[in-house]
Amino acid sequence: MSRVDHAEASSKFIEAKDHADFHDKRLWDLRKKRDSESEAMPEWETLRTLASAIKEHTLTHLGDYLEEFEKNATANGMVVHWARDAAEHNQIVHEILEQHHATTLVKSKSMLTDECEMRPFLENRGVEIVETDLGERIQQLDNEPPSHIVVPAVHKLRGDVAEVFSRTIGTDARNTDVLYLAESQRRHTRPYYLKAQAAMTGANFAIAETGSFVVCTNEGNADLGANLPPLHIASIGIEKLLPKIEHLGVFVRMLSRSALGSPITQITSHFRAPRPGTEMHVVLVDNGRSERLGMEDFWYSLKCIRCGACMNTCPVYRRSGGLSYGSTYSGPIGVIIDPTFNLRKYSSLPFASTLNGSCTSVCPVKINIHEQIYKWREIIAKRHQLPMVKEEAMRVAGKVLASPKLYRAAVEAAAAGLDHLPRFIVYNPFNAWGRQREVPSAPASTFRQWYVKNRGVER
Amino acid sequence: MSSRAQILARVRRNQPAWRALPDIPSFERPLVDSWATFASALARMGGSVAVPSEGVALDEFVRARFAQARVICSATPEVAGTRSISTVRDPAELEDVDVGVVRAAFGVAETGSVWLSEREFGVNVLGFLSQHLVVLLDPRTIVPDLHHAYRHPGFHDARYAVFMTGPSATADIEGVLVRGAQGIRTLTVIPVAAAATGSATPARRSS
Amino acid sequence: MKVALFIPCYVDAFFPEVGIATLELLERLGCEVDYPLDQTCCGQPMANSGCHDDARGTEALFAQNFAGYDHIVTPSGSCAHHVRDQMTAIEQTPDVQAVRRNTRELVEFLHDVLAVREFPWAEFPHKVGLHIGCATLRGLREAKASEIDEPAFNKPARLLSAVKGIEFVQPQRPDECCGFGGTFSVFEEPVSAKMGHDKVEDHHQAGAEYIVSPDMSCVMHQQGCARRAGLPLKFIHIAQVLNGAPA
Repeated sequence: MSRVDHAEASSKFIEAKDHADFHDKRLWDLRKKRDSESEAMPEWETLRTLASAIKEHTLTHLGDYLEEFEKNATANGMVVHWARDAAEHNQIVHEILEQHHATTLVKSKSMLTDECEMRPFLENRGVEIVETDLGERIQQLDNEPPSHIVVPAVHKLRGDVAEVFSRTIGTDARNTDVLYLAESQRRHTRPYYLKAQAAMTGANFAIAETGSFVVCTNEGNADLGANLPPLHIASIGIEKLLPKIEHLGVFVRMLSRSALGSPITQITSHFRAPRPGTEMHVVLVDNGRSERLGMEDFWYSLKCIRCGACMNTCPVYRRSGGLSYGSTYSGPIGVIIDPTFNLRKYSSLPFASTLNGSCTSVCPVKINIHEQIYKWREIIAKRHQLPMVKEEAMRVAGKVLASPKLYRAAVEAAAAGLDHLPRFIVYNPFNAWGRQREVPSAPASTFRQWYVKNRGVER
Repeated sequence: MSSRAQILARVRRNQPAWRALPDIPSFERPLVDSWATFASALARMGGSVAVPSEGVALDEFVRARFAQARVICSATPEVAGTRSISTVRDPAELEDVDVGVVRAAFGVAETGSVWLSEREFGVNVLGFLSQHLVVLLDPRTIVPDLHHAYRHPGFHDARYAVFMTGPSATADIEGVLVRGAQGIRTLTVIPVAAAATGSATPARRSS
Repeated sequence: MKVALFIPCYVDAFFPEVGIATLELLERLGCEVDYPLDQTCCGQPMANSGCHDDARGTEALFAQNFAGYDHIVTPSGSCAHHVRDQMTAIEQTPDVQAVRRNTRELVEFLHDVLAVREFPWAEFPHKVGLHIGCATLRGLREAKASEIDEPAFNKPARLLSAVKGIEFVQPQRPDECCGFGGTFSVFEEPVSAKMGHDKVEDHHQAGAEYIVSPDMSCVMHQQGCARRAGLPLKFIHIAQVLNGAPA
């Protein structure tokens, strides 16, 4: 499986200047909106600490909470399924649909279903799937994955959406008015809710105490789906558990503020039991989560509530776009969980970071994202998954910098003969530095030379 | 071994050392004017407040406010509308509803949210298929924040419970805010005290 | 007070004036400054690339050179952060732990240890955009980061505000990363350069004549961008300003 080349992808992204500028500004705006919310709440940092502690407690007792959830959900009339991996998840969903002779499915946004690559699996088996979230629908119609977990088409401008819709749902290609485009999707999708035999949602939280799950949306699409067809399937990652209803006070207060800078999503739904005469199925999915739970340096990533705040604040994400990460999960959270899916394929991702740390600062559950990025780099280096050039450069640098004599020779040569950065920093001809930047100029002497001359003698 | 057993075994084997569950402190803050806070939060989220003039009946007020509406479907006996929710057998019948009318169980000042369950909706999808929603809310039921809201017993016995905060919305295209995405286009809260005997809702239908 | 001076490799090579200003400033403030002649690097470039085995020799040399000093001062936030928080490729003997604990970036040392607030010899009548590198900001906590909700504080600004004539201008994104990131600047060049150009443009639009920073690595990158873009921005290290660099 070929490696994702984030730098290469980012180069193309940046070249499309209007798109790149918009993308950066739009997501920075969401980050600023988050700041406004956090500043307006004196208890913001307290809530972060609480949210983090609640998640850590839950994850360290996850077996018990999963059983409690299942017991209560079942008593409520839900059917609970367990999927070890993506393939099993897809099979389970397919079987449920088959049993109900469901061939049309409306679904709201669920990163988990993307992670499991459910759509092609079901489509190949004759199920028509309509993504109902506007951003997801744009991406589905354009045959492109979502780029951001909260605003899936944030990398597109209205002209792009107009082009996609005119090609697929028959809108006027020349009309790029956003209200027109949104209204077109509303009208086109509405009949599907009414005729679909099944609906799927994800879940933001699953509550052990009551056997219920929570779906937070703005558009109304999840609740139209969930409340019309007689079959509702919810795919839920096992890490979504929370112990009690009261904990939702903390998490619901933080989720939309972190994601969009809005106090709450327009619709926050709590499903505890199916409507009489209908069926509600929950598929609890592992797909590597239980394994990640045992990784001492990385299990904190399971606290994630999928708010996207880390993406909005990340200066690298904003300038490269989610698609450049080549995975369902992009941005800072993607960087620390993708290597667990495939270390080789995603080996460049932990280096698509300056380790600036603002992701860690905005994470509502205090995941130490940038520290995990640092730790992944060590694993990638140890497993020889670094580009050869870099591995070699570091080996040479390590030798030179460990020897005062070699170091002095290198520095004095570099300072003296200067079209190149010191070779111990970059092994290649360092055209990379010089593509868009000037190199530092050569001073008359190094600091050490000055010091020896002016302050002391060589001892 | 079943998938369930395998997953649970792996989870239990890998669970890190126990961490304690924190207590959630009380964020009690004196709420000076809960109605004003609620109304302001609601406006921010795109909802509106409407107060009928003295002597104007609710029914008349709703019809006048939505003069073009052909179908006004009410789930509360306080407003007759043109269709009672109790007549609805199949949720898809609500496809032509212009205005849905409900009474919320309570409101949340912090966010401008109203809480509704299958009891309040009669048919759940009334809150989403209707083009517009009118929500009667007793101002005395407004709680200060979501911590208080989550103490409501409805989370333990309702099959379906939802905080609705303003109309449906999206900003998925170029960040342009669209109010009225796929659910309701507008949400109007009318402050009306609930009847002393409690709001009598129609008998629960199948959906 | 006896202080050992650590000069990062890129300062040694390209910005000796920063090292000189640091040394002179510390001496002006009454410190007896040693400069261990066999110093090289703190190990950060290799460690940040995950190459801890390759970092080991360098880290050992650092610990050896600076053993026994109560105060080790360096005009580089990222180096100080690495030594204090990440220098773990070598065995953590008591000596090593002491060296790590005692290493501080210059501003930290001036602000927290010497508790200096006045620089009567310093005058810098210019519009200044202050740039605090991310390791210095979030790693060493030298200022409140804009995304954390806590009372405001800013150690570099506090020191600089004592300099006669200085006028701070505020860019739109005061603490967005400038994109240097060590080897990131080379291996993720497209994003790195875009970030750097955005940063200098932001300062330029805010009216900055000078960008002042405790982090020369960031400066090296921003200066490269500004020069390529033909922006009339000048760059100077905080040590030079506090030491009374000519106006």
